[in-house]
Amino acid sequence: MRAAMLPLTLARWLCGITATIAMAGAIAAPAYQAIPATGFVSVLATEKDAAPVSLAAFAMREEPVTNAEFLAFVAAHPQWRRDAVPTVFTDARYLAHWSAPEQLGAAALPDQPVTQVSWFAARAYCESEQARLPTWLEWERTAAASADTDDARGDPAWRRKLLDWYAQPSSRGLGSIGGEANLYGVRDLHALVWEWVDDYSALIVAPDSRDQGDPDRMKFCGEAALSLRDRDNYALLMRVAMLSSLKAANTTVNLGFRCARDLP
Amino acid sequence: MHKLLPFALLAAFGLAGCNSSSSPTPAAHAAGPLAAAYSTGGSAKGDFGPPQGAPIQAILTSPPLVPPPVNRDYPAKVVVELEVIEKEMPISEGVSYTFWTFGGTVPGSFIRVRQGDTVEFHLKNAPDSKMPHNIDLHGVTGPGGGAAASFTAPGHRTQFTFKALNQGLYVYHCATAPVGMHIANGMYGLILVEPPEGLPPVDHEYYVMQGDFYTTGKYREKGLQPFDMEKAIDERPTYVLFNGSEGALTGDNALTAQTNQTVRLFMGNGGPNLVSSFHVIGEIFDKVQPEGGTYWQENVQTTLIPAGGAVTVEFHTEVPGSYVLVDHSIFRAFNKGALAILKVDGPEDKSIYSGTEVNAVYLGDRSEPNLKAVTAAASAHAAGTLTRQEQIDAGKQLFTGTCSVCHQPNGEGMPGVFPPLAKSDYLAADPKHAIEVVLNGLSGPVKVNGTDYNSVMPPMSQLTDDEVANILTYVLNSWDNPGGQITKEEVAGVRANGPAHPAQAEH
Repeated sequence: MRAAMLPLTLARWLCGITATIAMAGAIAAPAYQAIPATGFVSVLATEKDAAPVSLAAFAMREEPVTNAEFLAFVAAHPQWRRDAVPTVFTDARYLAHWSAPEQLGAAALPDQPVTQVSWFAARAYCESEQARLPTWLEWERTAAASADTDDARGDPAWRRKLLDWYAQPSSRGLGSIGGEANLYGVRDLHALVWEWVDDYSALIVAPDSRDQGDPDRMKFCGEAALSLRDRDNYALLMRVAMLSSLKAANTTVNLGFRCARDLP
Repeated sequence: MHKLLPFALLAAFGLAGCNSSSSPTPAAHAAGPLAAAYSTGGSAKGDFGPPQGAPIQAILTSPPLVPPPVNRDYPAKVVVELEVIEKEMPISEGVSYTFWTFGGTVPGSFIRVRQGDTVEFHLKNAPDSKMPHNIDLHGVTGPGGGAAASFTAPGHRTQFTFKALNQGLYVYHCATAPVGMHIANGMYGLILVEPPEGLPPVDHEYYVMQGDFYTTGKYREKGLQPFDMEKAIDERPTYVLFNGSEGALTGDNALTAQTNQTVRLFMGNGGPNLVSSFHVIGEIFDKVQPEGGTYWQENVQTTLIPAGGAVTVEFHTEVPGSYVLVDHSIFRAFNKGALAILKVDGPEDKSIYSGTEVNAVYLGDRSEPNLKAVTAAASAHAAGTLTRQEQIDAGKQLFTGTCSVCHQPNGEGMPGVFPPLAKSDYLAADPKHAIEVVLNGLSGPVKVNGTDYNSVMPPMSQLTDDEVANILTYVLNSWDNPGGQITKEEVAGVRANGPAHPAQAEH
């Protein structure tokens, strides 16, 4: 089955843009929210590049991709069924919590974010939505916003709220989408799942470290402290640590994704 | 034979007869001046060649248990399989916490190998883990202590191999960023690298680790408590615990031993922040290997354990009873949970410790005149012949012991601080009210002989009815007070009413 693409309907309203795409059948078109251009300082910045990075405007998917949405994708692209996908693109746990290759079952509710998907699978999904994975900077910049402000990273109360997610053992099961919207109307960036980003593998520099930073920076005691501008931002730091531990074919029970788009 | 070296040196310096020759273990461990004369050679002398024999699966134990001695005289390949599990467990009664663990316990599984062993380490991260984890073993010689080599995503496993070149007791911990949080969540344990000749046998070996924990709720606030990053950075722990939870080593979970046994504790400190002043109440460490090192110190009361460090202590039990393991930074023990119990059973030995032999009232030098009068009054009362004078005599003695500290021996009190009893208008106004004051105490403003007082007299309810009656009769008949008599029965009546209407000045 082919996804029929409608011309992008751009509804500009203040900072909001909704790009509507008709997906297969019953699945509602995913909403994207416009994120305005800004100069942004990442938690990962080092002294050398401490100046704000200028980031162009883009659109971020309002919610992570759900099991229902990914099921529709698999139905439309059977090469991504768990029993058909080439092993180089996923590991053995890919969609293993679904009851069948094209059936969700009790352990994967339709409005839960899809997890146990590899980076390759996430990329393929986003392409099917005429989108791409966000970069780490795009993700971090969007996730820095609270409901009231575009950069809540310095707010201790906000940080604490994010950290509370880690106190929930994952044996309690995933929540569903539909959390509180942040300033840009994007939801569930925190406290639901980890999310793939397009350039996740750049979070740890290449194995050959001769002309780059120490590749082990994120892994050691002292080094980890040195490589972060904002040592107090544990919630984001753990995302980076998580993503840096992965290979592109890996999947975990708490790792999902959302997509992003360039704005014209 | 290198172990003879110290003796050779002793002979050379004419020091023969030093008590080290009676040491139960090889002289290699001797302390003091001998230590300087002898060295194990460290890692440079720790490689005993390639592993021999079939690979051995390491026995891992959960705290407080310790795997059996290695009991091997050759270097082997030892396979260690350790799984990282993130799980909710009680941290105190009615309080739970999401721990990150090596092997499902805090501290993690105890690992025991022999110096020179080649350790093939498998780290598995459970599929339902949220976080990637790794392990930095302080007993590893190599960058990161294995951390980089063992960085493991959820649902994955890694493997690396190291040779245990240095003997000693070493902490291991997770070193994934943010390191402090991984440690604060319980990711630490101990690995013992035995010296080639092994450790001297003892009756009991136990495994205990201290750690500090940071929860958003207060100490013992019920429910699932999340990690509090601000408290952790400020180093203000909510809990300081032995083996990861209050009650891990108390009550039915207490460590046990018999009298006349030797106990060895492998005691670590995971931190992340606090240094431990480790002490066992009622015991003296016969032997301490500070910081988990090779040489020992003897006869130690309290030993310091660095965060990320360990100590081996040994002591011999003589007297039965409960011995309390504490961090002698003592508020941690009694307000944050840092205590454990070692229960020693066996016959009493009164020649070493008698227990309570006397428990009597101590009145200090104010009781210099003997208390004969008190005894006389008591027997007179029993005989039904108690006179006012007998009461006054007995009351005088009791007043000297109990009341005169504040009200002064002459009843004058201290102006503005302790009200006078001498010629007291307050007392004269209602002599029976004095019974309530003695039994229930008195606080708040009162005016006595024209002077305002506003302080607190604690209840003296420890006094018997007899004693209160005698004291008050003495007071009423002294220092120009109006006279009168208070009976034991009157006091009993007031006591029975209780402090229902607290003795306030307004009365």
